[in-house]
Amino acid sequence: MDWMKIGSALLILAMIIFLFPRAKQMLRDSPEAKPGDWQGAILPIMAVVGFVLLLIVMV
Amino acid sequence: MNRLDYSVARPAADALQVNKVIRNTYTLLSATLFFSALMAAASVMFSMPPMTYLLSLGGAMLLIWFVLPRTANSAAGLGVVFAITGLMGFGLGPILEMYLSLPNGSQIVGTAFGGTGVIFLGLSGYALTTRKNFNFMGGFLFAGMLVVLVGALANIFLQMPAFSLAISAVVIMLMSGFILYDTSRMIHERDSNYVMMTVSLYLSIFNIFVSLLQILGMTSDD
Repeated sequence: MDWMKIGSALLILAMIIFLFPRAKQMLRDSPEAKPGDWQGAILPIMAVVGFVLLLIVMV
Repeated sequence: MNRLDYSVARPAADALQVNKVIRNTYTLLSATLFFSALMAAASVMFSMPPMTYLLSLGGAMLLIWFVLPRTANSAAGLGVVFAITGLMGFGLGPILEMYLSLPNGSQIVGTAFGGTGVIFLGLSGYALTTRKNFNFMGGFLFAGMLVVLVGALANIFLQMPAFSLAISAVVIMLMSGFILYDTSRMIHERDSNYVMMTVSLYLSIFNIFVSLLQILGMTSDD
């Protein structure tokens, strides 16, 4: 195994360790979504997916 | 006698504060993106070795975790933001060089660059014009990011190209969610800090660009 793989694994592991408490807190404290909220978020993200597919076809 | 009607003055003051945070964030973001691009160009010019990406990213992460939270409310925070974005831009050099060496490399890099710009402007414009509150997405986005990191860690050892492609696709969707979430925080959170917001948006843009490069590189005909 080369040093790049070991370094990448260590960096990702450190990110997981630092992100875990924040994710736990966010899951606990985030406000509940109201009806229609998710729809308002998923629509633009689906537009991004469509745009990326278009870029793939173009290249 | 104080004749100021606070029921009118308070929302007006809040709106001014929100506009100030948005203006400062986008000004700083533009400057850091330009600086980051300059550093990436310098890194390509000097033909930096692949390890540069890892070291730069590691250095930037240390600054984000340990230095930025302590300096975000002072003038030193601006220097830290430029150090973070400069390091991350410099780290991009070896990756850009690798893609530029492909037969249609310049087209892939150009498309990823333009595509990232369109995605960011489109999502920011959507969040700013609709003024929807995307705060409810916070828990989902952070949990999703953790799952992606675990997947990326596993793929370092598994070395599955299809899985790598799937991770890049999920990262683009998650980072799009983060752009909506962060832009909405600028509008709806009174105490949002423009230095922290800039770094947060920069990370989303950086991750979208790198993931888009990877997807376009892997799916390219050449």
